[in-house]
Amino acid sequence: MIFITCYCGLNAQYPDARKIIESIDQNMSSENRVFSSSMIIHGRRTTHTVKLKTWTAGEDKSFTEYLFPVREQGTKMLKLEDQLWIYSPSTDRIIQIAGHMLRQSVMGSDLSYEDLMEDSKLTDQYNARITGTETVDGHQCWVIELTAFVTEIAYHGKKLWVDQKRNIPLREEMYAKSGTLLKRTELSDIQRINERWYPKKIVFRDMLKDGDGTEFIIEDIEFNVPIEDYIFSKASLKK
Amino acid sequence: MIRFLFKGLIRDRNRSLIPLIVTATGVMLTVVFHAWMTGVIGNSIEFNARFAAGHVKIMTSAYSENAGQSPNDLAILGTDTLTGIISSEIPEMDFAERIYFGGLIDVPDSAGETRAQGPAFGIGIDMLSGRNDETERMNITSSLRSGRLPMTRNEAILSSDFADKLKINPGDRFTLVGSSMYGELTMHNFILCGTVEFGITALDKGTIIADIQDVREALNMYDATGEILGFFRTGTYDDEQATMIVNRFNEKYFSADDEFSMLMKSLAQQNNMGFLVEYSGKLKAILVAVFVMAMSLILWNAGLLGGLRRYGEFGMRLAIGEEKGHVYKTMLMESLIIGFFGSLAGVAAGMVIALYLQEHGIDLGIMMKNASIMMPHLFRAQITPETWYIGFVPGFLSTQMGALLAGIGIYRRQTAQLFKELEA
Repeated sequence: MIFITCYCGLNAQYPDARKIIESIDQNMSSENRVFSSSMIIHGRRTTHTVKLKTWTAGEDKSFTEYLFPVREQGTKMLKLEDQLWIYSPSTDRIIQIAGHMLRQSVMGSDLSYEDLMEDSKLTDQYNARITGTETVDGHQCWVIELTAFVTEIAYHGKKLWVDQKRNIPLREEMYAKSGTLLKRTELSDIQRINERWYPKKIVFRDMLKDGDGTEFIIEDIEFNVPIEDYIFSKASLKK
Repeated sequence: MIRFLFKGLIRDRNRSLIPLIVTATGVMLTVVFHAWMTGVIGNSIEFNARFAAGHVKIMTSAYSENAGQSPNDLAILGTDTLTGIISSEIPEMDFAERIYFGGLIDVPDSAGETRAQGPAFGIGIDMLSGRNDETERMNITSSLRSGRLPMTRNEAILSSDFADKLKINPGDRFTLVGSSMYGELTMHNFILCGTVEFGITALDKGTIIADIQDVREALNMYDATGEILGFFRTGTYDDEQATMIVNRFNEKYFSADDEFSMLMKSLAQQNNMGFLVEYSGKLKAILVAVFVMAMSLILWNAGLLGGLRRYGEFGMRLAIGEEKGHVYKTMLMESLIIGFFGSLAGVAAGMVIALYLQEHGIDLGIMMKNASIMMPHLFRAQITPETWYIGFVPGFLSTQMGALLAGIGIYRRQTAQLFKELEA
């Protein structure tokens, strides 16, 4: 009885975790978005930059075009639900990438194709539990543990450090079902865009590979703008 | 004297037949075993050298730590000039650049969309420059099952089973989806010009072989290579010399503080090959020692049995005044004759079997499925000049040893007892 009272008392200090991740979704997810980004990939030996333009609609549709380097210019990727097609202008071929390949690194970065093209809401995939508070870069954060309740998912568990004022994660850890830490991200340069807070810079670190991580920098982003349907068709890959 | 003994041996077959059969059988087994082991070990070393390890291999230090995964992001850079420099520094070897890589082979349908896909293991070798004999070294010409070798850029070969699985024929186009040395996804179109079957499980599953310049273009590896393999100009691996070259090279180029400094490894230092190389060197000594010991024991035993059977004969010869030394000497002379002809017969029989195994071999493919080192399916014996005498010499010696040991009993006979024994 005493234990239950104490436990309830402890939890009473924290707000409802689900409400916090709903707020995160409001900041991070959108009906659709168009953004230009740079990936600065710090490999074990060299650092190189890739520039991309991406269109996404909901959780299932995404289209990305490589703008830089020259060798990759014109390469395009289309993701419809769990299928991914890549068009390479040098071969003039559209190649479908099978399911497990979606977890491969994009251009040698610390991001997988899933990381790059995924925009699912946390509330649609995870149960949340607040485990404490910590300070990250001077911001008071809730530490939230997420456990997936859906099966087909890249990361079974996540740990978020969520800014208590802006409801935006400042740090994330992604875990496999076995508990192995797979990736770590640091989110910074949080800016107010329309009615939401959004991180313009995310540093991804794949914990299973060497290298100094990948900086993913949003150069410009527009939310909820009209996107023509043809963008999300295979025909647009060769255009 | 010899003629007299020879006649005795022919007329009294009980005296010669069993030792002759024992000697011939032992020599035959030694000849077959030697040829077989030389073949198996030699084939394995040679296959590994040609297809994967070279007689020596140069990689970056970081690459060598995970060489099994062919991490081309850790490849050697500046190879245009580097290979020439190394060749002039180590003139006793030929050097060849190779890129091993993984990827996906994607075959298009008539609309250019994916019809079939399969994971592939790739090898980029110099096939078009005409500067070295990599195609011969890897037995590609003799392994061709259909089509031909690449003659122009962007042509490639697939393993026969893999091509069948993908339902692709020479002349068809396919795309290699791979990863560049910077980790980028890459795609490159090839025309299938031929299919090969090496008889090596690891290579026949799903292999693509293309000219190294095409692979460099496909994987964005300009002026780079995963590995540089060195081969002795003599064509055979010499562990002592390889170790000296490795030490000399690493002293100059390797630095423990720089993970991208070059590191050379000898064949014996790669892929668990050390035990094979070491075993190969000791094989002859082990064979001779085991054979001489075992055969001596058997022939000693045979000699003792013969001695018992000829107990009366020796007694009579001593009783009529033949000296013990003379009896012992004639016994040794008999064993010389038996040893010579027995060994000769053993070598002849062994060579016939070894020749058969050399020509036809034995298919052990089912046992090689999970082999960590590159092994051929078909193992063949190998007859070398040593095979001719490796059984003969110990066969000949062991009959002598057997006779020497068994004949000691003659000296233990008491002359005073002989007539009593004969009367009995």
